[in-house]
Amino acid sequence: MDHLEQLEQQSVYIFREAFRHFERLCMLWSIGKDSTVLLWLARKAFFGHIPFPLIHIDTSYKLPEMIAYRDRLAMEYKLQMIVGQNKAALAAKDTFPEKLKANPKMTAEEQATARTECCGKLKSGALAATLHGTGERMRMNLKTGKYEVDPDHAPYTGVIVGARADEEGSRSKERYFSPRDKNDDWDVGDQPPEFWNQFKTDFAPGTHVRIHPLLDWTELNIWEYIKRENIPTVSLYYDQGTGTRYRSLGCGPCQSPIKSTSKNVDDIIVELKSGSLRNIAERSGRLQDGKHGLEELRRKGYM
Amino acid sequence: MAELQRDTFNVVIVGHVDHGKSTVVGRLLADTGALPQGKLESVRRECERTGKPFEYAFLLDALSDEQDQGITIDTARCFFKSKTRDYIIIDAPGHIEFLKNMISGAARAEAAVLVIDAKEGVRENSRRHGYILSMLGIRQVVVCVNKMDLVNYDQDHFKRVEAEYRAFLSGIGAVSPRQFVPVAAVAGVNLASRGKETPWYDGPTLLELLDALPKAPSKSDQPLRMPLQAVYKFTEHGDDRRIFAGRIEAGKVAVGDKVVFSPSNKISTIKSIEGFNAAPRTSVDAGWSTGFALSEEIYVTRGEVMSHVEKPPQVSTRIRTNLIWLGKKPLVRGRDYKIKLGTAALPVQLQKINKVIDASQLDHRLEKDEVGRNDVADVVLELRQPVAFDLTADCEATGRFVIVDGYDVAGGGIITAAVSDELGDLRAEARVRDFNWVPGGVTSADRAARHGHRSALIMFVGKAGTGKHTHARALEKALFEAGRNVYMLDGQNVLLGVDHDLWVDAAQSELVRRFGEVAHLLLNAGLIVVSTTNAIGLADATAVQALAPDAPMLLIDVDPTGSSTMACDLRITGTEPEHEVIAKIADLLRHRGITSRAS
Repeated sequence: MDHLEQLEQQSVYIFREAFRHFERLCMLWSIGKDSTVLLWLARKAFFGHIPFPLIHIDTSYKLPEMIAYRDRLAMEYKLQMIVGQNKAALAAKDTFPEKLKANPKMTAEEQATARTECCGKLKSGALAATLHGTGERMRMNLKTGKYEVDPDHAPYTGVIVGARADEEGSRSKERYFSPRDKNDDWDVGDQPPEFWNQFKTDFAPGTHVRIHPLLDWTELNIWEYIKRENIPTVSLYYDQGTGTRYRSLGCGPCQSPIKSTSKNVDDIIVELKSGSLRNIAERSGRLQDGKHGLEELRRKGYM
Repeated sequence: MAELQRDTFNVVIVGHVDHGKSTVVGRLLADTGALPQGKLESVRRECERTGKPFEYAFLLDALSDEQDQGITIDTARCFFKSKTRDYIIIDAPGHIEFLKNMISGAARAEAAVLVIDAKEGVRENSRRHGYILSMLGIRQVVVCVNKMDLVNYDQDHFKRVEAEYRAFLSGIGAVSPRQFVPVAAVAGVNLASRGKETPWYDGPTLLELLDALPKAPSKSDQPLRMPLQAVYKFTEHGDDRRIFAGRIEAGKVAVGDKVVFSPSNKISTIKSIEGFNAAPRTSVDAGWSTGFALSEEIYVTRGEVMSHVEKPPQVSTRIRTNLIWLGKKPLVRGRDYKIKLGTAALPVQLQKINKVIDASQLDHRLEKDEVGRNDVADVVLELRQPVAFDLTADCEATGRFVIVDGYDVAGGGIITAAVSDELGDLRAEARVRDFNWVPGGVTSADRAARHGHRSALIMFVGKAGTGKHTHARALEKALFEAGRNVYMLDGQNVLLGVDHDLWVDAAQSELVRRFGEVAHLLLNAGLIVVSTTNAIGLADATAVQALAPDAPMLLIDVDPTGSSTMACDLRITGTEPEHEVIAKIADLLRHRGITSRAS
């Protein structure tokens, strides 16, 4: 068994444990490469099926290719697709791009703060509302391909997430099964022990558990697996003749493409292994991270 | 593609707080070129800005709390490559408060590097971590005697630390480390490259040593063990497969193999190996999270262990263990806990403490009647129902467990011995019988489909004269009228016939055995069997279950006094209206999946 197979088999095991222990289980699908690999691993675990809903948080600033790709796969794989959005913040123009438009002379410091606040509202806030059922959930009708208001408002108690330990310092401290308290807070200093493959599957009412099947995967592993399994990915990852591509997908206004001429999965693997990206952190193109930025966001529920 | 074949190796770094674990890792990352571009510079700049002296540990201690306090709070993972393999380095905290984090890190590792400060010498957590590594099954341990610069790279000093630590480990029967390496992590001495400062040391550098550690041998040659994770039937989109899923923890299995599930003793044959987007296969071995279709449809549930018939796991309700307790409340007798062993999750109690080891010294036993936080102990655990397991020396995955107290994993341990309970002989009898059972042409699944329910044993238990018999009769009638195939097995009738040859004062155990075998036949015929312990001289009903391990048993305790503490599925006083009792039992049957929800 090679390393990719080992990773795959451990992820499958984690998926099945999650499905066994959480009656209200869902999976976050950001449309990015990691959570798309996650989607594929779920099909591996459940023999072609995905027996729980997928949740996508739409900030409205996602690139249009991502939304089209999401809806195409939802129809093709017959996914239980749920979309959540912070409509109030969008209507109130309480977002970083709107604030920048209103005040183009923001200092770098002010911009950083506005970005963190924006993530807090459009992502963490919308996610919490969608998970707890306090916000509106839109569910895809697989017959029509249209989204309809989901009558279900019950909270989810198990949430599968595609976080990887190699992404950034705070993620490297995560457990496979990581509890969140009633306020969605992550108590980094007091995490449960994780012996072998016995996970935290008992939880108090009102709390929930985040499940991380990809924790041990690296960015390179993800691309090698995409290649091995021939998993469809969104075109934004590849250079389409502009000499640029996205390495990591977030919101349009807060990410920039990298200079790269990788046109397919093979090119990216070479680039990561021995090329120009060998020693550059993946999230360096994401502007909200900064010093402690991501850790702060993650403590408050960001993925 | 050749590069894909490189090994990946998980190494945990442990040791006492402030002995320099994070510095060893940070320096190793820096010296092997594993850091992202700019990381080193950005941490250096941050140090300049805040007026702190630069430390390699800051590269790892990325969480803000940790940088502020200067200690590692939780396990961090990082990656680096040597010339020959890829490493995942798990940096575990050394502070006693974070022992559970250290364990989480170490439980994932294949090898450990234990760091001891040359100047401070062997300390409490040097000892504690050494013992825990041994308990977690990590056989490959390397010791770095760090901060050699603070003792002028003195060879005698190094030798004293090595001698003291080796003596300690051999004293507690723990694995002795492979090698001690004198290092000065801050200066990079003997980590990735040899230092001129220690001319007297001709052993390998830490990196050379790590590269030479062998991967654990494959578990495929061991007897087959697959804890059953789930039985799936995803009916949507026309899928009619019934898949028995789990991870092969040891051994291998092929299409056509006869397999048995323990403790139920259910036997079937592998019909196919199922997968998604994978080439069809006819055999599968240790490490694969897989799934099977079986030739004979059997009813087995999560927690059972699939093996070959020739080499099944042990089955008992009592196990002797070494465990480490991490709970906020101590482990005590008389309290209900949950044990998770393989995929089984069952009620368990502490039966007996053989000894509690003082974790700070680990060399003398303490007389204690409870196991406190961070204590290591040798204890006997008792389960309410039998579980399949192995000694940890025979099979790691089915030989270790965790204990859940309330919502929290509060301890974990390994099984060192099986402790015989009173039912061992009956279980052995049932095993021989079931392994050699000649099946008829109609399967239990066929019968269940025809009857609309599975077989089950419902036993009324409690003192004499509490009305058990009356309840049993009423229940039989009610179930019959609801369309169930039910039979009231009256003990008197067994005595009159099957036991006719026994003397009046025959051993109770033989009465139990014969009653159990009769019950087993009726259960095998697909019936719901209702009876009372009147039939077996009020003996423990679990003895009957030992002979019918494949059928679910419901215990209804009739207790007019309200003083019974016996484990049961339902307790009644015997004065409730009969229809209420029957409704409750019908609920239990539905809840346990014996009758379907629809009927």
